[in-house]
Amino acid sequence: MGETGVTDSSTLRIEMRGVSKTFPGVRALEKVDLQLKAGEVHALLGENGAGKSTLIKIMTGALPRDEGEIRLDGHPVEINTTADAQALGISTVYQEVNLVPTLTVTKNLTLERQPRRFGLISWGRARALAKQRLKRLNLEIDTERLLGSYPVAIQQLVAIARALEDDTRVLVLDEPTASLDANETELLFKIMRDLKSLGIAIVFITHFIDQVYQVADRISVLRNGRMVGTAPAAELPRLELISMMIGRELAAVEARLATSKSEAGGEPVLAAVGLGRRRTMTPFDIALRAGEVVGLAGLLGSGRTETAKLLFGAIRPDSGQLKVDGKAVKRFSPGHSLRYGILFCPEDRKAEGLVGELTVRENIMLGLQAKRGWMRRVWKDEQKRLTQEMIEALAIATPDAEKPVGQLSGGNQQKVVLARSLVAKPKVLLLDEPTRGIDVGAHAEVVALIRRLCAEGLALLVASSELDELVAVSDRVAVLRDRRKVEEMSGADITRENIIHTIAGG
Amino acid sequence: MRALTGHRATWPLLALVVILIVDGIIAPGFFAIRIVEGRLFGTPIDILYRAMPIALIALGMAVVIGSKGIDLSVGSIVAVVGATIAWRIKAGDPHFVILLTALAVGILCGMWNGFLVAVLNIQPIIATLILMVSGRGIGLMINLIYGGTDPSFESPLLQGLSVGSIGYVPTRLILFAGLFVALWLLIRRTALGLFIESVGGNAAAANLAGINARLITFSVYVISGLCTAWAGIILTADVHTSDPVSVALFSELDAILAVVIGGGSLAGGRIYLGMTLLGALVIQTLATSILMSGLPPEYNLLVKAVVVLFVLLLQSNNARDAVFTLFRRRKG
Repeated sequence: MGETGVTDSSTLRIEMRGVSKTFPGVRALEKVDLQLKAGEVHALLGENGAGKSTLIKIMTGALPRDEGEIRLDGHPVEINTTADAQALGISTVYQEVNLVPTLTVTKNLTLERQPRRFGLISWGRARALAKQRLKRLNLEIDTERLLGSYPVAIQQLVAIARALEDDTRVLVLDEPTASLDANETELLFKIMRDLKSLGIAIVFITHFIDQVYQVADRISVLRNGRMVGTAPAAELPRLELISMMIGRELAAVEARLATSKSEAGGEPVLAAVGLGRRRTMTPFDIALRAGEVVGLAGLLGSGRTETAKLLFGAIRPDSGQLKVDGKAVKRFSPGHSLRYGILFCPEDRKAEGLVGELTVRENIMLGLQAKRGWMRRVWKDEQKRLTQEMIEALAIATPDAEKPVGQLSGGNQQKVVLARSLVAKPKVLLLDEPTRGIDVGAHAEVVALIRRLCAEGLALLVASSELDELVAVSDRVAVLRDRRKVEEMSGADITRENIIHTIAGG
Repeated sequence: MRALTGHRATWPLLALVVILIVDGIIAPGFFAIRIVEGRLFGTPIDILYRAMPIALIALGMAVVIGSKGIDLSVGSIVAVVGATIAWRIKAGDPHFVILLTALAVGILCGMWNGFLVAVLNIQPIIATLILMVSGRGIGLMINLIYGGTDPSFESPLLQGLSVGSIGYVPTRLILFAGLFVALWLLIRRTALGLFIESVGGNAAAANLAGINARLITFSVYVISGLCTAWAGIILTADVHTSDPVSVALFSELDAILAVVIGGGSLAGGRIYLGMTLLGALVIQTLATSILMSGLPPEYNLLVKAVVVLFVLLLQSNNARDAVFTLFRRRKG
C-alpha cells in the first residue's frame, strides 16, 4: 500500500520523513512519513489517539519532534516554533476555535499584526484588512460585532480567514466541519477547492468519511502512531479505508437498528406540552417513552440543543408544561431534573461537559454525587468500583482512573460524559450530539450503546446532525426547522430522504 | 526522583527546611524547646503560635480559591469581628455569647460576599473589595457606639482561647487542629470538596451535571467568613483591644500567598488544605527568621518578597526545567 502515494519529489510541497515522537509512557509517532503535493487536498485520517494531532503539531512547530526531518519544496527546514512554521507559510486552523470571543471580528482577524500608523494601530486599515480577508472566503459579516455573538460555524470560517496569508503554502484544517451544517460544509469545500487551485497543499483532518470522498484527492491513514498507508481517494474503497483506520473489518453497519415496535410505548416518562421560550424555541409537544429512542433532526441553529436543554430545565421555559410520569414539573433546574432521573449529555464537552482538571473518576462520580447531595458522599471504594465498571463497560481508553480528564482524547472524553450520566441511573437520557468529533470505531460503540440502553428500558432523546445515525437508532424522529418542531415521523417513514425533505421545508 | 520532584509537597517543604537550616546556623539554640511556667517555649513553638491566625484565614482562602474566587475582605472581617467583641464586652454580654456572636458576624460577612458573588454575579475580586474597603470603617463605627475612647477589654474566656494553654500546649494550636480536622472532614469526607472543585474548574459543566453552582459559590464565602472570624477572635483577644485600622493589615495577601505557596492555583479547581497550612508556616518561619537574623527591619519586606519569589519559582515546572537545562549545558 505505502508506495502508491509516493510521487516525483519535484511536485511535493511538504514532506515529513521518519518523524517520531514519544510522550512520557506513550510512543505517539513511530517513523511516520507524510508527503503533501502542491495543490491537493490531503485527508489525514485515523481513530482518536492515532497520532494525527501530534503529527500536525510537529508540522506546525507546536511540538518538537524526537527524530526525523521535514522538507518544504525540496529543502530541509527547521521548524521549532509556531512562528517558524508561519514564516514558512504553514498555517493551521485547530479543531477548537482559537480565537477571542470577546473581541470583534476585526480585532480577531488582525490580532498581533494590526496595521500601524505612526506606531499606533490604524483601525480603519485594520477593518479594511479584515474585510479583505473575509472576502477571500466570500463571507460577508459585520466585522465590528463581537466574534462570540456569531454561531460556531461563522467563528470557524473566521479562524480560517485568519490563518490564510498571501504566502500560505500549506494549510492544515483540523476537523473544520465538526460544527458546520451541510450548506456551510459545502461552502467550505468550495473554498478549499479554490485554495488548492492556487497551489496550496491542504491537510484535511476529519471524522466524516463522506466528506473525505467529496473533497480529498489523496488519503493517508494513521493508526497507533504509525502510517498505515497513503492512496488516491479514487482508488481506495470505503470499506478498505475504514478497515485501515480501525485495523479490523468493520461489522457491516446495519442500516436500521431500531425495532419497529414504535407505537408500543405506554405512558410517556417525560412529556412536554407546549413547552417553549420566547426567542429560543417555539412551543412544542414531545413525549419520551421507556425503551424508545426519539431522534432530533435539524440544521445547525434549528433548535436541537435548545430543545434538549428545555427538557432538562437548563433553559427555563416561559410557556407550556413539562410532565414527568404524568406529574407537572414546577421548578426547572438541572438539579431538579437530576432528581427526577433526567440526565443530559451536552454537545460541547470542553465548555459544558467536563471539568478538565478533575480526574476521570471525579468526573464520572459528579452526576451520581450531585444526585445524592453533598452530605452523602459516595465512599472511595464504591467510587473506584463504579468508575472501573464504567471504564470497562464503555471501553474508555485511559491508563488509570486518576488521570485528569482533559488529557484524554475526544472520543474518550465523550464516553466519560456518558459514563457520568449512566452512573446516576437515569430514567431519561438526553444526548446532544453524542458522536460529535469522535472516530469511526468509537462512533459505532456509542450507537450500539444507545441501542443497548434503550433495550434496558431507558427513554432516550438523541439530537444529532448526522442523519444516518438518527435513522439507525431512532424509533421516532422529530424534525426541527428555525427553532420550531415541524414534523414527527416514525417507523418506516424514517428515512434519510424524508428527513432531508422535511428539513428543506417541502 | 521523578515521583519526589513531582509531588506537590516537595518544594514548599524543601523551602521550609532550607529556611530552618539557615536559622539553625545563624541562631544557635533555634530548635531548643523548653518548658517554662508549665508551657512549651521556644522558637519553633513561637512560629507555630504566630502562624495560626494567617493559617486559619488561609484555609478559608484555599476553599474560596478552589472555587475560582478570591476573598479580599478577610482583613476587614477581622476588624469587624474585633470591634464587635469589644462592643459586646462593654455592653456586658456573657463572654461565651460574645464568642458565638463573633463567629456569627464572620458568617454574616461571608454571606454578604457570597450574596454579591453568587446571586448578583459580581466578580469575586470586586465583590469582596467592597467589604474590604468598608469593613474597617464599619469597625470604627462600632467602636463609636460606646464612645470609642477606650476599646480595650479584659476577657478571661477569649484570652484563654487565644494566649492560654492547655497542659503544655497553647490553646490556639489545639483549636486550630480541631478546626483544621473539621474543615478537612467537611471538604474531603463529604462531597462538598468535589462540588467546589468542579464549580471552580468549570462552572457551566458543574451546573449541567446537576450541581447547584450558585449555592456552592455562596457557601465558600461563608466558610471563609467563619475561618476568618476565628482568626479575628484570636488576634483581638491577643491584644485585648479593638483596633480596626491596623489589625490583620495585608492578611488577605499573606493568606493568598500561603495558598499559592501550597500549590493552589488562582484559576481554581483544586483545594489543598494541608499544603495551605504548610504555606502559612513558610511565611511565618520566614518572618520570624528575618526578625531573629538581626537584619534592620527596613529589609524585612524585601527579603520576604525575594524568598517567596524563589519558592514559587521552585514550584514551577517550567522554571525548574529552564534552570536544569542551563546547569546541564554548563557541565557539558
